[in-house]
This record gives sequence, C-alpha cells and structure tokens, in this order.
Amino acid sequence: MKILVPVKRVADPNNANKMKVSADGKQVVSGDLPWAINPFDEYALEAALRLLENGATGERAGEIVIVSLGVDDVQTTMRQALAMGADRGIHVKCDEGALDSLVVAKAFKAIVDAEKPDLVLMGKQAVDGDSNTAGQMLAELLGWPMATFAMSIAVDGKTLTVGREVDTGVLTLKVTLPAVVTVDLRIVQSKAVQNGITPASHAYPDDIRHISVKGIMAAKKKPLDAKSLGDLGVAQATTVTYSKFELPPARSGNTRYVETVGELVKLLQTEAKVL
Amino acid sequence: MTDVLVVAELLDGQLRKNTLSAVAFAKKVAEGTGGSFDVLAIGEGTEAAASSLAPYGARAILTAEIEGGYLAEKYSPTVSELCKSRSYGVVAATASTFGKDLLPRVAARLDAGVASDIAGVSVDGGTIVYRRPMYAGNVYGYCTISTDVHVVTVRQSEFEPAEESGGYTGAEAVEVVTDGPSDRIEFVSLVAQKSERPELTDAATVVSGGRALKSAENFKSVLEPLVDAFGAAMGASRAACDAGYVPNDLQVGQTGKVVAPKLYIAVGISGAIQHLAGMKGSKVIVAVNNNKEAPIAGVADYFLVADLFKAVPELTAEVKKARAGA
Ligand SMILES: Cc1cc2nc3c(=O)[nH]c(=O)nc-3n(C[C@H](O)[C@H](O)[C@H](O)COP(=O)(O)OP(=O)(O)OC[C@H]3O[C@@H](n4cnc5c(N)ncnc54)[C@H](O)[C@@H]3O)c2cc1C
Ligand SMILES: Nc1ncnc2c1ncn2[C@@H]1O[C@H](COP(=O)(O)O)[C@@H](O)[C@H]1O
Repeated sequence: MKILVPVKRVADPNNANKMKVSADGKQVVSGDLPWAINPFDEYALEAALRLLENGATGERAGEIVIVSLGVDDVQTTMRQALAMGADRGIHVKCDEGALDSLVVAKAFKAIVDAEKPDLVLMGKQAVDGDSNTAGQMLAELLGWPMATFAMSIAVDGKTLTVGREVDTGVLTLKVTLPAVVTVDLRIVQSKAVQNGITPASHAYPDDIRHISVKGIMAAKKKPLDAKSLGDLGVAQATTVTYSKFELPPARSGNTRYVETVGELVKLLQTEAKVL
Repeated sequence: MTDVLVVAELLDGQLRKNTLSAVAFAKKVAEGTGGSFDVLAIGEGTEAAASSLAPYGARAILTAEIEGGYLAEKYSPTVSELCKSRSYGVVAATASTFGKDLLPRVAARLDAGVASDIAGVSVDGGTIVYRRPMYAGNVYGYCTISTDVHVVTVRQSEFEPAEESGGYTGAEAVEVVTDGPSDRIEFVSLVAQKSERPELTDAATVVSGGRALKSAENFKSVLEPLVDAFGAAMGASRAACDAGYVPNDLQVGQTGKVVAPKLYIAVGISGAIQHLAGMKGSKVIVAVNNNKEAPIAGVADYFLVADLFKAVPELTAEVKKARAGA
C-alpha cells in the first residue's frame, strides 16, 4: 500500500496563548515560538506507519510519502517526519500564510494524480487555522470516499473499516480504497490500528513513537523533492481573505480563591447567582 | 441580496436542535442583505423534521429523503446541485461533526470558499464578513469569501438557537442526485451514547472531570452525583476520555465540543490550552483543584483549592440542599 500523508508546520500549539497580532491587525505573529508538526498530522503519520508495518518486528511493506506546502524552512519540519519513518517528501514551495483550504486541496489533488497513492491519511485539522476542511475537500475533488474523525482503522484487503468519533457516539463505515481518511486524537491509542500483520499481542504505546538518532541520520538521506504550485498547475488564488485579526477579550482576571465548600456555595449564591 | 440555504441535521428521523444555530445565522445574513433563507431537511425522516422546522420563518422548507445512514458522499451531490439550481449565496450548517464532515465536500464541488466554525457574522455594505476563532480560540480572524457561493459552518455556542417566528410553508421535495462515490462506501452502524442528561452543547450547567478522577468508577460515584444535583451535562478533559473513564463524545475542547454554559465546573482539570478553547466562553467558571497554580486559574472566576475526593461530595450535598430550598 502507498500512503500519502500531508504534514503542516504550526507555531508551538501548547503555547497558542502567546500568539500576537501585529499593530495594524493585519497579521498573526508567532514571535519566537518554535515550529512543530501539526499534532494531528503526527498522528496521521503514526497511523500510516502502523498500517504498513509489523509492529512486533518493525518490518515494513509499502511506502509513505509526505507532502507539505510552505516556505523553504518547512523542510526542517519535513525532515522530522522523515525521521519518524516516512520514506520521502514532496515540498510544494509557497507562502503558507497565503493559502486557503481550497488551494491546499487542489495542490494535494495534483499530487495524488501524479503519485497515485491508495490512501491519503491526514490530520482532521491544522491547529493554527482550526479549519478542519482540507481532507473533505480533497476527497470531493478526487471523487473518492472518505472517513473523517477516524479513531480506529482496520484493514481487510482493499477495504478499511473506520470508526469515526462523531458528536453522538461512534459511527462505523467501510470504505473501499482509494480513499481519504482524516484522523482524530484516539487514532494513536494502542489498538486503534489493525493491519492484519501486527500480532494481536503487540501493544503500541498510546502515543506517537519517539524519533531515534538512527531515524534522524537516515532522514538526512531521504529524498525530498521541491516543486512550485505552478508545477502542479495550481494557482495561488485564495477565495478566503482575512482583513483583520484580533486577540479575544480577556476574562475578568479576578480569580477568587476559596478553601472551603461553604465559602464557594455562598459566593455562587450571593455573588454569581448561579445556585 | 443573499439567499441562504441551511442544511438541517437529522438523527433518528428527528431534527437535531443544534440546527437552530445555523438558522439563527441564516436569519441574520438574510436580514442584513435583504435576502431570504430556506432550510433543507436531508436524510431519513425528513417529513417529521420539516414540520419541526416550520415555525422558524424560512421562506421554504425543502426535503431530500435519502435512506441508509448518513454518508457525506451521498448527501453532497444533492446539496450542491440544489445550491446551483437555486442560486444561493451562502450554504450553512452548524459546525457539528455532521456539518464539518459534509459542507467542505459541498464547497469543493461548488469550487467555493469555506469559513468554518464561525463565531460571528456581520454585513457591511453588502459584504458578508465572518469572524472565526483560530489558534485554539487565542486569535480571532475576520474574513471575506470571494466566490459566488460561500460555505459556512456555525459554532453552536456562539449563535443562540433561532426563536420561533411563524409561517408554515409546507415542504417541497427536491431532486436527489446520486453521482458521488457512494458505491465505495458503506454505512455500518452508529453506536450512540444514551443519556438522560441534557446534551453538552445545550446545557445551562456543565460539570467536567479530568484525569484526577482516576477511574470510571470515580466518575460514577464521585462526579455524577454532582452533575445530577445541578441537573447538568457531564463533560471531560481529553485525558479522562483517553483513559476510558468516560466516552469520547464528552470531551470538551479545541478538538472536542465547544460549550458556553451559564456555569462550568472543572473538577481535577489542569486547564491546558486545548481544554480552555472549549469552555472559556462560559459565563461563570469554577475550578476544583488541589493545585493553586493550575492554569485553569487563568479563566476561573472561583477556585476551590481542595482535594476533589473530599470537596465534591460536600459540594453535592450543599447543592442539593440549595436547590431543594429554591
Ligand atoms: C492535538 C491535541 C488536541 C487536544 N485537544 C484537547 C481537547 O479538545 N480537550 C482537552 O481537554 N484536552 C485536549 N488535549 C490535551 C491537553 O493538552 C491536556 O493534556 C489535557 O486537557 C489534560 O487533561 P487533565 O486536565 O484532565 O489532566 P492533567 O493535566 O493531568 O490535570 C489534572 C489536574 O487535576 C489536579 N488534581 C490532581 N489530583 C487532584 C485531587 N485529588 N483533587 C483536586 N485536583 C486534583 C491537578 O492539580 C491537575 O491540575 C489535546 C492535546 C493535543 C496534543
Ligand atoms: N500547508 C499545508 N501543508 C501540508 N498539509 C496541510 C497544509 N494545510 C493543511 N494541510 C493538511 O490538511 C489538514 C487539515 O487542515 P485544515 O483544513 O487547514 O484544518 C491538516 O491536518 C494537514 O494534514
């Protein structure tokens, strides 16, 4: 099986409250926050590895190609994904700040048309823009079936059985490859991916794998092709334009500390009037 | 003048109440631009849903009866073709997992721009401006869409459900289009969590538990009595869901459910950025935590510094007393 995994870099999501807006309100400024792989893309890559390998022996059948749209520096992030175990990368050069999901989906479509993967496995959402749209748009452009919010995947030949985390519970569906799957948080739980090769006794950690020194060394030699949007025949003509950004209003900031339940109840009754 | 099409969400042949947030959005855009809005009930049991939708002032209520469980591949062609044939300027749904799954497919088919999970809308000289949370709610962006059709999903906690405004219009069945890849996808099952409690996204009070509860049993024996004393909905942090203490659909946060109740009580939750993104719009926030330094303090109005295993049963008793007296 050949799997395409898009990876986007985002400003350190664990410090998203340090994001700022430029004085003219035209730009979001991440200041000196370090870049990281969008966590959901890391989860997608982990799931792709678990789909293709024998978890017990580490043997792998199939290929994982990563793709990222962004400035030259995104190659640093791409090397991290290669170090985690992806086989090669395609870097689409552009200013990732001037993209929207439709342009991203069209670029992915062009790459899928050329690479012909069996599966596009991607994050459900990039945690900078929090859009949660690119995967669905790609699936429609390709005329492929999809499974979003995937929390489990089981492979049986050309069919995937996917458990989807929906608001009302778990929705299970079967898709025939080729397809697009977008992953949710629980896809990295120990038994979430069943590829029919990894022995049932093998337990993955409930998390992504650590990058090894060997992985980092190997990543340096893995192929990373650069292309432009033009090479893909896609115009960087965005349909969604941001005119202004602002920080949300802060909450009152007056936290009342209490030590006893009695004090709390009194305040909820007399001051907050919620009891 | 912009006409809006709202795609209603159905479950078990009933209208889901969250649809009324998208209706509220549609009313606002229609009023602001001098247009109208229609609602499409699509799926199984559309007739019942159509009559539930009658009192909300739509120009027309449309139905597309499609059997078998929900699949975006089966709904997207019908919604898209309807949108084209009737020249809507905006297609909207509530940003539930249903809306987030379906509408981007519709957008791609229409070659339209998407504003997802919006928290606000304004009409400025005929131009529609969408306001949306980004970076886990730490930045808000204002955007416009340049395509003829805009595709929009609406954050439920930011749009009060539409109020009844009269006018039953009957329902009109529209053409069901079936050219998607539906032969390569099959609905297997929807296993829904049944609960007597109010839905997380509708509740006036939400009591959430975190990793500190330590087990599913403690959620039951320690937290649930407090939830029920308040008549609240129960929520949880990612850590509690991941550990299997409660079902995943109770997760509150950036990538779970976004809630904005009158009262939110976070019990044994540290207040990671991703959790705050899902609850910091609540009116009054109470934290119960034994660590004063926990980041939840950044948004809490009241912070009970205590061991939850001691404090929660006490609080439950007090709340019962207070509510019995009221
Ligand atoms: C991509 C991504 C998406 C995420 N999305 C979400 C999301 O949507 N929602 C979400 O919640 N998280 C999300 N997270 C996880 C988030 O970063 C935190 O890991 C998680 O919220 C922590 O859960 P917690 O507060 O229950 O646990 P902890 O951080 O372990 O906090 C436990 C708290 O309980 C307190 N405590 C311990 N014992 C007691 C006691 N006896 N009495 C009282 N207090 C006690 C501690 O002081 C501590 O503050 C996401 C993470 C990632 C990477
Ligand atoms: N610039 C980008 N480069 C690579 N992948 C991207 C990019 N933008 C979005 N994606 C992918 O699309 C998914 C959904 O993104 P979004 O719709 O922006 O929330 C992400 O998890 C990524 O896998």
